Amino acid sequence: MYHYDEYDHALVQDRVAQFRRQVERRLAGELTEDQFRPLRLMNGLYLQLHAYMLRIAIPYGTLDARQMRKLAYIARRYDKGYGHFTTRHNMQFNWPKLEETPDILAELASVEMHAIQTSGNCIRNVTSDQYAGAAEGEIEDPRIWCEIIRQWSTLHPEFSFLPRKFKIAVTGSEADRAAVKVHDIGLIMRRDGAGQAGFEVIVGGGLGRTPFIGKTIRPFLPKEDLLSYLEAILRVYNQLGRRDNKFKARIKVTVHETGAEEFTRLVEAEWLQIKDSALKLPKQEVDRIARHFEPPAFRVLSKTAPATEARIARDRDFAAWVRHNVAAHKVSGYAIANISLKPIGKPPGDATAEQMDVVADLADAFSFGEIRVTHAQNLVLPHVERDRLPELYDRLAAAGLAASNIGLISDIIACPGLDYCSLANARSIPIAERITERFADRDRLELIGEMQIKSSGCINACGHHHVGHIGILGVDRKGEEHYQVQIGGSASEDAALGRILGRGFSADEVVDVVEKIVDTYLAHRNAGETFIETYRRIGQDPFKERVYGAA
Amino acid sequence: MALLESRTDGPALVEDRFVRLADDAALPAEGAVLVSLVRFEKERAALLARKAPLGVWLASNQTPAAISNELDRLALVALDFPVFSDGRAFSSARLLRERYGYKGELRAIGDVLCEQLPFMLRSGFDTFEMKSPKALEEFRAVVGEVRVVYQPTGDGRATAIDRRLGRR
Repeated sequence: MYHYDEYDHALVQDRVAQFRRQVERRLAGELTEDQFRPLRLMNGLYLQLHAYMLRIAIPYGTLDARQMRKLAYIARRYDKGYGHFTTRHNMQFNWPKLEETPDILAELASVEMHAIQTSGNCIRNVTSDQYAGAAEGEIEDPRIWCEIIRQWSTLHPEFSFLPRKFKIAVTGSEADRAAVKVHDIGLIMRRDGAGQAGFEVIVGGGLGRTPFIGKTIRPFLPKEDLLSYLEAILRVYNQLGRRDNKFKARIKVTVHETGAEEFTRLVEAEWLQIKDSALKLPKQEVDRIARHFEPPAFRVLSKTAPATEARIARDRDFAAWVRHNVAAHKVSGYAIANISLKPIGKPPGDATAEQMDVVADLADAFSFGEIRVTHAQNLVLPHVERDRLPELYDRLAAAGLAASNIGLISDIIACPGLDYCSLANARSIPIAERITERFADRDRLELIGEMQIKSSGCINACGHHHVGHIGILGVDRKGEEHYQVQIGGSASEDAALGRILGRGFSADEVVDVVEKIVDTYLAHRNAGETFIETYRRIGQDPFKERVYGAA
Repeated sequence: MALLESRTDGPALVEDRFVRLADDAALPAEGAVLVSLVRFEKERAALLARKAPLGVWLASNQTPAAISNELDRLALVALDFPVFSDGRAFSSARLLRERYGYKGELRAIGDVLCEQLPFMLRSGFDTFEMKSPKALEEFRAVVGEVRVVYQPTGDGRATAIDRRLGRR
């Protein structure tokens, strides 16, 4: 993974010192909260319902054991002993004290981390595929390009006051694990006819109040032109994006209102002007960054994994964990191990300091010290020897980290909701907790199979409800929490937006409704069909009938 | 209101030699004036016939392309920030300097937040209308706080890549 050089270090340290002065001025009463607000937001510090919330960037979801231990330390020393992994590879601490936030940032800087641009109308933390560098069939490790984008977008003088926040996701695989089509810019690595690697550029995807699947504005962009092309897109957006209505300010609305064709023409025209500028990436610099992402020293291993196979044969729980939480690795004898942060009845994405320390130790013991955070709010040990999976499983289980539900109905994405967030209309976490309790039975979980439930506590859609197979949206109805349910969404390479089922439900009803939807699927499915496949075949009506009764 | 100029030897408070004319105000016989784009387009000949320096200010929704052919006749271009969070003028500034080759004074007017000064300098602004009575101190405190830049812009500062490759 990438390690800072002297320049990266200097920037982050300067930034800490700068924020420390700003906090001192606020505490001394030299700055009012109104004046302080834009400054704290530049460092990811929000004022939430009960306290400040600090959002820390985990660039493209990659961190090492040392960094994870630091997060554990911060959770223990400065917060209430836990932290929350978000859908954008960030970590949120919900209870820091204002006067201690500069110290937290200094702690982070000591392990090459920061909170820069985790809020505000700027280019946010770049996200990527959690299996980067480990997945089969990858064109290149997308993190090379994520790091290049991270540096280019950090304190960008022209794009720090955009119409609205701006999110970029990159994947190096055909399989889209990074939801690239619902980002402001999605980049998919492709090869051209001559075998050269480059990017398909997708613009204007997004969720929130007006969800859109992004449009491809360039099927192939040579790699060395990445930054000039991004700068062209951002420049067009900065000038054209609406500033009169924050709900219409995201680039998805700009693309929609301008028309994808005209928007593309504007970007291409701008790009022609800057294509051969200093933004063209020098090969030496790309090579320098790429060296940081060279594969670890994999051992030559046999294809067979006798210890793992034997344990699968005799231990049903272990077998389920391998089936759902372990993915194929590109190197023979290795596996990718997912760590679910969705145990039954717990808030999705939360981890205690002790669990973070355990994951750090396991990363050192099993995965070359490497850890990934997924957009589904889980963790990954990307490089585990397949025959050591039983040992890893036992140690995870001892720490309460062996939930075997990756991709299953209890692997729910949920925003913090009304329990923490000042924007929320309704609670999101308790709904998710109750769904995991309702579907706790292992046989039933297996029977239902692949199923993504995504739950947001307000229309801003931090819980990605539009692209859940089942999406739940909390709204406020006359002061009561109320939930709209939609079905048929997908965040993968077959990205689609779900459709609202009908009238909404009370907090008490919503879990029953989920169960009815699931039962309808089970009643209608053909052999081997997943929920989304059945839905696409039979449409919404059978689900509606079951939930609302015959019309 | 203070006018701050960034010079090679540091910032300085300077006298504003331009009078900002409302669109309906009479054109004075002498003295440097700053006019809106609308007025410039309407009274171009009369404004250019005067012997005094001329400036044009652009609202944040006006593109600098509108004056790109007039730049060698202008002594000042001012770009308005109606609120600090409206960042369109950062793009306008870079286009004026880097695309249209404007060499004259480029001024930030309106809601100029002192923390934005480093970004403004990098985008090509060289004078700043500041509300704060402590503008000079604020400028000194904020500019240079972060020593490293990643992006190549028209200000010519060596980027991290330049320094890594020993180019500068």
